[in-house]
Amino acid sequence: MNYKVIDGLKYTKKHEWVRLEESGAVVGLCDYAQDKLGEIVFVELPDEGAQLEAGKSAAVIESVKAVADLYSPLTGKVTGVNEELLDQPELINSDPYGEGWVFKMDFNDENELIGLMDKEEYEKFIVEEEEK
Amino acid sequence: MVEGRKTPFYEKHLAQGGKMVNYSGWLLPVQFPQGLVEEVVNTRKKVSLFDVSHMGEISVRGREAESYLQKMVTNDLSRLKNNAVMYSPVCYPDGGVVDDILVYRITNDNFLLVVNAANADKDFDWFLENLSGDVGLDNLSPDYAQLALQGPESEKVLQSLTSETVADIGTYHFKSNLDLAGAKCLVSRTGYTGEDGFEVYCSNEDASKIWDAIWEAGQKYSLSAAGLGARDVLRLEASMPLYGHELSSDLNPLMAGLDRFVALEKAVSFNGQEALKRQKQEGLTRKLFGLEMVDRGVPREGYSVGDEDRELGWISSGSYSPTLDKFIAMAFLDHKAVQLNDQVKVSIRSRSYGARIIRMPFYRRDY
Repeated sequence: MNYKVIDGLKYTKKHEWVRLEESGAVVGLCDYAQDKLGEIVFVELPDEGAQLEAGKSAAVIESVKAVADLYSPLTGKVTGVNEELLDQPELINSDPYGEGWVFKMDFNDENELIGLMDKEEYEKFIVEEEEK
Repeated sequence: MVEGRKTPFYEKHLAQGGKMVNYSGWLLPVQFPQGLVEEVVNTRKKVSLFDVSHMGEISVRGREAESYLQKMVTNDLSRLKNNAVMYSPVCYPDGGVVDDILVYRITNDNFLLVVNAANADKDFDWFLENLSGDVGLDNLSPDYAQLALQGPESEKVLQSLTSETVADIGTYHFKSNLDLAGAKCLVSRTGYTGEDGFEVYCSNEDASKIWDAIWEAGQKYSLSAAGLGARDVLRLEASMPLYGHELSSDLNPLMAGLDRFVALEKAVSFNGQEALKRQKQEGLTRKLFGLEMVDRGVPREGYSVGDEDRELGWISSGSYSPTLDKFIAMAFLDHKAVQLNDQVKVSIRSRSYGARIIRMPFYRRDY
């Protein structure tokens, strides 16, 4: 199986991706995870302004068969959510790194970025996951 | 790697890109690359092929086979003719459910029981424990492969594989020696999807050949493979119970609304008869209802259902329904407290989501 992994993004072991922008970070679900979940039918978004903690559940993503948490990769405040997902949750399946983004956040502790994987590390990680 | 017993169609599933899971000890595809939603749509509009070889088969033969089975099942087998199939719960003396099964009457003294995979061993033990009279039991599960061909085009696909007529197999009837692609099969007009369709029982040796023949003949009719995920959604849309959800040793068939499969007045007494009669007289506490979500949220098994200040019951099965484009569920609710069209609340991750009680089945075919 070939899963799409994008250069320039940061990745977590729970299969979230982070894109750093000037105003903060954009967070979404990786191609690998959307494929494992199958057709996504419902997304529960965090409230704007909510305080998130790294490693804690920030959103819930549900496919026909399964419920999955999306964990916040960083500690900080939600600055925006992708409301398109309320009507079109399947955008996470069709374009996980683009139109399927989930929320934006600001964060204070740059050190938290060190614990995240880059493209090459994450690619290696999902190969290991597949072999489990 | 997922491990488990392989059905004779294991390699076919891999070739189709099936996502394999362990279901009741068997390695089976939960879905294929086209996705569960497309598999459901194709079953409703065209035709799909399911591997259901995990289902168990028990042969019951002998001069007293019918009277023995009458004691074991809640439905009335005296109404079951040769070459016909009857659905029935099997109960414990307290009315709890051992399993829900299909009974095939091949001849007067030769029956085939088709049981759920998860219950196959437990069922065989239960039937053995209760054995009496001139009856022989055989667990044939290891010898049979089973396919379900389901959807409005299923008759055409099947007909193109045999010189015998299949159109005259009525609903819940079967032919026990149908020649399919050169192999002898038992073929019944049954299924678990709410569509017209057939279930094909064959030997493990013939299995691969039959799959290939159906596959080839089906291409003209847009046949595709479908997995366990689609099967579960299809049966929920058609409001068919699933053991472990709507039926269990703690739930009785009357609660699940299966009254017409429980012959309380059957002349022969059967396991659970007295308990079920009593329950019917005294009134049940909870009954199975259909729900559709009003607020957007996915109702799932185990979620509690209530109204403003009361707990009403729990969801036994729930899903997104691709056919209706709604979120639907079956729920055991306090039936004295609710009625059709009532608004209720489903508790999802400690938040309340509005739902409405609607009639079942959620989906009924119109042909």
